[in-house]
Amino acid sequence: MLIVGDLGFGVVEPFRTAFPKQFLNAGVAEQNMTGLAVGMALSGKIVFTYSIANFPILRCLEQIRNDICYHNANVKVVSVGGGMAYGAVGVTHHATEDLAIMRALPSIKIIAPNDPVETRLATRTAALNAGPYYLRLGRSGEPTIHKTDSLLDIDKPILMREGRDLTLMTTGGLLYNVLQAADILAQKGLKSRVLSIPTIKPLDATAVIAAAMETKAIITVEEHTIYGGLGGAVAEILLESQARAFRFKRIGLDQGFSSVVGDQTYLRSIYGLDATGIAAAAERVLYDK
Amino acid sequence: MKNNHSKTDLAKLRLLAYRIRYHVLMMTKRAKSSHIGSNFSITEILAVLYDQILHIDPAQPEWADRDRFILSKGHACAALYAILAEKGFFPVEWLDTFCLNGSPLAGHATHTVPGIEVSTGALGHGLSIAAGMALAAKRDGRSYRVFCLLSDGECNEGSTWEAALFAPQHKLDNLTAIVDYNKIQSLGTTREVIDLDPFGKKWTDFRWAVQEIDGHDMNQIFSVLSEVPFEVGLPNCIIAHTVKGKGVSFMENNLLWHYRYPHEGEFELALAELEKKA
Repeated sequence: MLIVGDLGFGVVEPFRTAFPKQFLNAGVAEQNMTGLAVGMALSGKIVFTYSIANFPILRCLEQIRNDICYHNANVKVVSVGGGMAYGAVGVTHHATEDLAIMRALPSIKIIAPNDPVETRLATRTAALNAGPYYLRLGRSGEPTIHKTDSLLDIDKPILMREGRDLTLMTTGGLLYNVLQAADILAQKGLKSRVLSIPTIKPLDATAVIAAAMETKAIITVEEHTIYGGLGGAVAEILLESQARAFRFKRIGLDQGFSSVVGDQTYLRSIYGLDATGIAAAAERVLYDK
Repeated sequence: MKNNHSKTDLAKLRLLAYRIRYHVLMMTKRAKSSHIGSNFSITEILAVLYDQILHIDPAQPEWADRDRFILSKGHACAALYAILAEKGFFPVEWLDTFCLNGSPLAGHATHTVPGIEVSTGALGHGLSIAAGMALAAKRDGRSYRVFCLLSDGECNEGSTWEAALFAPQHKLDNLTAIVDYNKIQSLGTTREVIDLDPFGKKWTDFRWAVQEIDGHDMNQIFSVLSEVPFEVGLPNCIIAHTVKGKGVSFMENNLLWHYRYPHEGEFELALAELEKKA
């Protein structure tokens, strides 16, 4: 089942036409949408809920916690427009605390894919594995980075580039900017290991700890608050591991709600999430005392 | 209204109601827990539902075509546990452990207990889940029915009305909401806090088929529950006018008994009253 909160114009119509019995528009009522999803999941269905940014999660967080997670119900919550994908329409449509909030809930897996290939795999994973999922997607038009999906395991961090000077880890759609940042750093003689981390819960620790053992700095990059998202998850792993000799920095949002109006590209440049901003912050981590 | 029950049926239901109240009194006293008033107001409704109406099988709590019952007012779980035990869903001895350390029976309805569909406790969740189950039945061509018992206070929650708007849109005539209208919520009467009247009219205006009954009259409860669906294509709402704390004179219509567990003296008095009326 696909249950939408009266959104998805221009996107969900093909599904509705092809599978009318499996489509439902619940209207602008996210708490009811989530409860319906649980009722249908408990009746044997695989259910996806769908809305924009914070609407399918914050509005109905108690339903997600008590009804989806506590019952381990087969419901996948899909949010389109993670981070500042909805740009100029403003803060009410920016999902910038969602990863931290959802990460605290038991029993739910969280995937924030970095490109359309990862998104296809994430959707399949969520559909084929029983239990609660939160899928945090971009909006549309994100560049495709992976050439093929055939050898990709999105359950674990994906090694995009090898390097020993520092590691850049990223989730939720910033991979393209991070790879460009790695190029900038390479021109300065710094070789970056780059990890795409689509699945942040459960976060497979092996590659994360190896990076801290084998490179000089760990830098997390997310279009999300630096409190409790990817950066928090990685810090938790590393501080409880045997890794000792590494520097650590979370790149993300720390200024509160965006006071600037602009599209996603513009906002990323303002808040240091474009390639030059990421590269500059990474350099400071290595060279500051 | 259908014909009255035979004398033996009524006697049987009255005895069942007595046993529910007896268990609730014991459980509440032993666990020093709350909500005795909330449990007593739904006792007759539960007795009729589980003895006469629901198509269920204690030996197969997961039977795919079973009727579903959701206690959306999950704080009144003691009465639900009591009727489930009486019907053989789990051993009666479990009731002695209610709310105690290590018990399988928590202080709000919990889905890990055989016979309980959904964990509830935060008000305003049950009707949406019930609507989802009802919709699944419609889409799958299954004929099971879904019943959901709400409190009046719970109808303060916006989510309740989201579900109420949704159900007639999708013609969920296999869905029945029963509201325990005892007119006392947790910090005052409904009139003082959020006056719901005209209550029946609200549900009618939301396009439900509505019946109002005396929620302690076994005949009326049985009649009305036997008549669902009241109208093809419309979800059903039964507004049960009840008394919080019904069955024990000093508990009736008394907000205190939303919270208080019976102390020595009170317990014996309550027990004596229940036995006399049984």
